[in-house]
Amino acid sequence: MDLAGNTAHGMVPAHKPQGLARWLYATNHKDIGSLYLWFAFCMFLVGGVLALCIRAELFSPGLQFFQPELFNQLTTLHGLIMVFGAIMPAFTGLANWMLPLMIGAPDMAFARMNNWSFWLLPPAMTLLLLSFIVPGGAAAAGWTLYAPLSVQLGMGMDLTIFAIHILGISSIMGAINIVVTIINLRAPGMRMMNMPMFAWASLITAYLIIAVMPVLAGAVTMVLTDRHFGSHFFNAAGGGDPILYQHVFWFFGHPEVYIMALPAFGIVSQVIPTFARKPLFGYSSMVYATSSIGVLSFMVWAHHMFVTGMPATAQLFFMYATMLIAVPTGVKVFNWIATMWQGSMSFETPMLFAIGFILLFTIGGLSGVTLSVAAVDVQLHGSYYVVAHFHYVLVAGALFSLFSAVYYWFPKMTGRMYVERLGQLHFWWSLLWFNVTFFPMHFLGLAGMPRRIPDYALQFTDFNRLASIGAFMFGLGQLIFLVNILYSLRHGKTAPQQPWEGANTLEWQIPTPAPYHSFNPPPQLETAENGVVLSMREGGQG
Amino acid sequence: MQGDTAAFNLQAPATSLARMEYDLHSMLLWVTGLIFLLVSAVMLYAIVRHRKSRGHVAKPFHENTTVEIIWTVIPLLILLAIAWPATRAVLSQKSTHGAEMTIRITGYQWKWRYDYLDDNFGFVSHLATPRAATAAGAARPEHYLLEVDAPLVLPTGRKVRLLLTANDVIHSWWVPQLGVKQDAIPGFLRDAWFMVDKPGIYRGQCSELCGKDHGFMPIVVDARSPADYARWRAARLKQAAAAADDPARVWTLAALRQRGETVYSQNCLPCHQASGKGIPGNFPALDGSAVVNGDKAAHIRIVFYGSQRNPAMQAWGKQLSDTDIAAVITYERNAWSNHNGQVVQPADIHALRGGSG
Ligand code: HEM
Ligand SMILES: [Cu+2]
Repeated sequence: MDLAGNTAHGMVPAHKPQGLARWLYATNHKDIGSLYLWFAFCMFLVGGVLALCIRAELFSPGLQFFQPELFNQLTTLHGLIMVFGAIMPAFTGLANWMLPLMIGAPDMAFARMNNWSFWLLPPAMTLLLLSFIVPGGAAAAGWTLYAPLSVQLGMGMDLTIFAIHILGISSIMGAINIVVTIINLRAPGMRMMNMPMFAWASLITAYLIIAVMPVLAGAVTMVLTDRHFGSHFFNAAGGGDPILYQHVFWFFGHPEVYIMALPAFGIVSQVIPTFARKPLFGYSSMVYATSSIGVLSFMVWAHHMFVTGMPATAQLFFMYATMLIAVPTGVKVFNWIATMWQGSMSFETPMLFAIGFILLFTIGGLSGVTLSVAAVDVQLHGSYYVVAHFHYVLVAGALFSLFSAVYYWFPKMTGRMYVERLGQLHFWWSLLWFNVTFFPMHFLGLAGMPRRIPDYALQFTDFNRLASIGAFMFGLGQLIFLVNILYSLRHGKTAPQQPWEGANTLEWQIPTPAPYHSFNPPPQLETAENGVVLSMREGGQG
Repeated sequence: MQGDTAAFNLQAPATSLARMEYDLHSMLLWVTGLIFLLVSAVMLYAIVRHRKSRGHVAKPFHENTTVEIIWTVIPLLILLAIAWPATRAVLSQKSTHGAEMTIRITGYQWKWRYDYLDDNFGFVSHLATPRAATAAGAARPEHYLLEVDAPLVLPTGRKVRLLLTANDVIHSWWVPQLGVKQDAIPGFLRDAWFMVDKPGIYRGQCSELCGKDHGFMPIVVDARSPADYARWRAARLKQAAAAADDPARVWTLAALRQRGETVYSQNCLPCHQASGKGIPGNFPALDGSAVVNGDKAAHIRIVFYGSQRNPAMQAWGKQLSDTDIAAVITYERNAWSNHNGQVVQPADIHALRGGSG
């Protein structure tokens, strides 16, 4: 069953370009994966600095650092950069790195398109950041870019629209690549219903991306033509409707939320079984739950619009549909806990982040149930309660799962171990300060503080102080991660092929670090649920 | 600390709607809180007992149809139980019929206008906290950012129907204690309702990002006993009759300039600034501007009709009276370093409206 050597034999002679060309012309899924991950981390720092600017301004009542128009630009770009620059590329990067290794494919299906999907990102993000210095500044309508406000703004808005078009193309190409790779390039014996959950999650996410990114492109294009060509899509005086924008945007936007959550579910479903030394509980119900979340995510968009004045019947429909999503989500949480139950658990950093994910994502999910009740949402919509809610699912959800994944696969990617104590410190530090930052925001929202405001009434001071202190400490803690990675890349202990006792998916059956070219030709596999490899033979000639 | 201290929950309800929302939220808090405790307790137990360092050996089970059905059905039942009161609450929030008076609320960048449709008068309500109080280190009044020059005065014990719309972008009218939040959408009317129990001052804010001064468009509702309200209403009606300016009256430069300064600070200052210097790149300076120092007609035109190029410069002709427009133009032409001594009379504006009327 030790096939490390065999696979190495079957490899084509390593062709590994050097220097800048290696990255610029990259077609190797591992190189592209690394590019994505580093890019996403840089954008996480940029978006994080913008968040800290927001929190600095909100440390006290009054306008200390930023005038309102600049403040609005900071919130808008923070949201856009975190969503499109950090979280989404990070998941695509992980999928690039790990999918071929987990399903036994030699590379991604479209290697050259893969290069394009990555290299579109830097120019798009440059456009976004550049918009800060054009006349009128960056887009200031919030990451949702609601019309008619977005129709009013200066040319920073045009740059943003252009950037979103480019980002959309990049995501769609990345998603097509993932779909085709998973459908066509699985090694013989890797049945769909045995695939690792991470592959399932990536597949469903990719379908969501292909379905909704064009919708977003449509929405912002309509804003663009309203701005410059008098199309009046969103202008009542010209026969349009401002609310139309919100319907189109959230038809994209709600699936988008799951685009940032499903891959996280996938990661956690790999990490928990490994460190519980037990197979994933309820694998097939996990697959069905993930798929039904994907389908339901298209039917709940208007829960973001409960106070636009929808008729009662529409409110009720979207309320019920939204509440329904809690069921498959609950199933997933219960399955993870059942996986831990009667396990033989150890708590290395990836496991800590995965458990942190479950705990905090559950809080975000439950505040989501509260928000789904339209009558209560009337008090909470547009308030800091919402900011708290979505950071519980995006930071403690998406981001924590990403940290878990990076620590988990770091040995396989680099051949070295990260420093465990720094990893643990990073986790406990993030857990503590994350909650100090975002938990009080629930109280602020309940007490009546609207979101997206640069200044606030005096009774909100205490919790804003607390949140700002938490945010700065949380931000500081991310440097622990950076230091750990940079140090371990060069000086980390050499990793064995299988650093985690309980890891039994395909990527752990090849040498560490993963050779530059792997599974060419693909191996013959015998697999069990969740990608567990029972046996592997060297593949025939492809 | 100044002001109220930190609060952990929704504000004290002052209407039946707000009370319903409050109770529903409390119920959800209990339900979700208990679920969270239960889930984390089970997880914690596993974490403590089923760990390798205690020598626990894994039991490799990986499915159990009965359990899986149970934990799909139980959440479903809990949700059904929540859906029942939630549905009733939605229906009562939406039922505006039987209202005894109607107020039209119009959101503007960045102020609210209230029109008493039954009585045919209305007024604009601006932030009353002085801009200077927002400076770092400035003293902040007790109701910092939550005070207005003209609150919405209403009687208690009467069902009030709101008709909401907006002039420019989407705003949202939110007064937590009244249990009402409703978007105000340009070009469309939406309705909402409430009935205040007790006299009092109820404060809220715009809750939909509406541009630069989104954080500075508070809402104050001053609920009075029916008798007090009747007195206020009578005074207000008399005032409205008296305040109807005669568009034919000829004003002096000084009188117009003085009135214009007030109009400017309520309507123009957020963008063009007290200094008249605007915000470079966003809003043009008026101090030294070619339009302000040039031909009167062009100046009147842009104020009256708004800007073709930038919708942030609104058509003030639709919002302000002839006298107010004349006053503010006269002010702008004679403020800061602009001293052209010209007076624009209400009649000049009246002519634009098509003369008679
Ligand atoms: C360092 C951690 C972070 C801090 C301290 C932070 C803080 C904030 C704050 C204070 C706001 C503005 C709230 C407002 O005025 O409405 C905000 C908005 C937002 N954040 Fe974060 N955030 C963090 C990380 C993230 C991450 C990882 C994401 C991932 C996608 C994210 C997504 C968003 C979005 C989408 C918005 C809404 C922007 C808008 O209102 O248009 N944030 N964040
Ligand atoms: Cu507003």
